[in-house]
Amino acid sequence: MTGCIAVVGAGQAGLQVALGLRALGYDGRVVLVGAEPELPYQRPPLSKGFLAGTVPVEELELRDASYLGEQRIELVLGRSVVEASVGDSGGELRLDDGTTLAFDGLALATGANARRLPVPGADLPGVLGLRSVADAERLRAGLADASDVVVVGGGFVGLEVAATARAQGKRVTVVEAADRLLARVAAAPFSAHVRAWHEAQGTTVLTGRTVAALAGSGRVGGVVLGDGHLLPADLVVAGVGAAPVTDLATALGLRVEHGIVTDPSGRTSHPRVVAVGDCTVQPHPHDPGRLLGVESVNNAVEQASAAAAVLLGLDPGPRGVPWFWSNQGELKLQLAGISDGHDTHVVRGDGQDGRLTVLYYRAGRLVAADVAGNPRDFNAVKDALARGCTIDPDAAVDTAVPLKTLVSAVREPASLA
Amino acid sequence: MPTIEFTCPDGSCRTVEARPGASVMETAVKLGVPGIVGECGGGLSCATCHVFVDVDQIDLTGRATDFEEEMLEDAVTPPTELSRLSCQVTMTDALDGLRVTIAKEQQ
Repeated sequence: MTGCIAVVGAGQAGLQVALGLRALGYDGRVVLVGAEPELPYQRPPLSKGFLAGTVPVEELELRDASYLGEQRIELVLGRSVVEASVGDSGGELRLDDGTTLAFDGLALATGANARRLPVPGADLPGVLGLRSVADAERLRAGLADASDVVVVGGGFVGLEVAATARAQGKRVTVVEAADRLLARVAAAPFSAHVRAWHEAQGTTVLTGRTVAALAGSGRVGGVVLGDGHLLPADLVVAGVGAAPVTDLATALGLRVEHGIVTDPSGRTSHPRVVAVGDCTVQPHPHDPGRLLGVESVNNAVEQASAAAAVLLGLDPGPRGVPWFWSNQGELKLQLAGISDGHDTHVVRGDGQDGRLTVLYYRAGRLVAADVAGNPRDFNAVKDALARGCTIDPDAAVDTAVPLKTLVSAVREPASLA
Repeated sequence: MPTIEFTCPDGSCRTVEARPGASVMETAVKLGVPGIVGECGGGLSCATCHVFVDVDQIDLTGRATDFEEEMLEDAVTPPTELSRLSCQVTMTDALDGLRVTIAKEQQ
C-alpha cells in the first residue's frame, strides 16, 4: 500500500473524485494531475458569460486554492501522463517531466476533445473549437474582431456560442447537417421552439446543410456548403461534438468502446481503476445492453462522487436523476432524465409565452422531459423521476393544470419499462 | 473585501471574505462552506444554493426574481419571503457584513 490515490484529469469530474475521497474520510495522499495550467475550472460559462466577457476567469475556478490546500489535494498542473501501469495491488504513472507516481488506486477523468471539422480548410486561422479556457480565450479575441460568424453544429455548445455572438451584434449563421437543431437529444417540437427563438434574435439557421470546405487564403473567409453555396465568414466555430480521451485507458488494457466503459459508479474493467465524466460510456438506462456517453456536469459530479466510494471499497449508493441545462441568452432550457429510447412524446404548451415542455415516454412510462422557460415543469418531472413516478400524458397537455399535481405512482408492472 | 456570515445547516457560523462581483454561492462553494452545492455553477437551474437572507438586509439584496422564485418553489427546504438562490446575489461593498442562513437540505 502506497497510501496514494492518483486522479488523472483536473476537470470537474477529476476534482470531484479528489474531494469525494476526502469527504468519505480518506486520509492518504490525493494527487490530481491536470494537463492544463489552470486550477480546476467550470466549463459551462465558457460558451456564455466567459465568452461574453461578463464572467472573469477567477469566477471559473471550482474551488479556491486555499480550500484545496486545506483538503490536502496535491495539484500537479500543466503535466501529462506519458506512461502508466497497473496490477493487482496498484500501479505507477510516469509524467512528461520524468517524475513517477506510485498509486494504489487510480481515477481517470481525462475528458473529451472537441472534434475538428473533417473538411479541407479546417486548420485555417479563424476556425476554432471550444472545449478549454484557452479555446474560449481565443474565441473571445476572435469574436471581438469578427463581423460574420458561422457556427457549424446545432447542438448545445454551438447554439450557446451563437446566442452569445448574436448578442454582441455579429451576423450569425448556424449550419446544422441534420434536418433540425438538437436533433440527437430533443423531439421536433422542442427543436422548432429553439430555432424560432434564435431566428427571432436575428440569427440565420440553416438545417439539412452540410459543410464541404472552409475557404480562405491565410485566414478563413467563408464556408462552402455541400450544395456549393458560399457563406461569408471571418470566424467559424466548430460545435460538432467531442471525442472521449481514452489513450491512457487503452494503454492500461481497460475496456474501451468509443469511451472508457464503466458502470454508473465509474467502475472500469480493472478493480484498481475508476473512470468518470466525459471520457466514459455507461449502460443506457432504458437499454442496459447499449452504452451511452452522458456529457453533463451532473454526470461528472455524481459519477465522480460514486467512484470515490468505489475506490475506498464503500457502497456508492444510487444515482440521482440525470439532468442538464443550457442557457442561450434569455432562452433557458432544462432537461431531466434520458429521452433517448423513448417511443412517444407529448407537447405541453405552444411556446407562445416562451414556455414549452416535451414529455417523453417509454412503454407508457415517463422517462424524461425537455423544458424551455418553465422551472415548475422541470422540477415536477425531476421529482417524478426521482420517486419512480409517472405523469398522465393526456392530462399533461393542459397547461392550466400544474404538472406537479399530475405526478402519480406507476401502475404498470415495472417489467414493461 | 466585503464579508459574508453564513449560518450553516449544522448550526455553525462561518465568516468569509468575498471578492466583489462574485456571487454568494460562488464564494461559499470555492471556500468549502458546508451546505451550499451550486451544481449548475450559477446557471439558475438546480436550486441547491438556497439561503435565507437576514430580515434586516433583504432590501439590500433585493428579492427573488420570477424565474428564481419558480425554481425556489420546489427547493427541498420550503422558501419564505427571505429566500434567495445565492448564485443570484452578487457581492458588493454595500453588502459587507451580509448574513445568510443556508437552507437545511440541498439536493
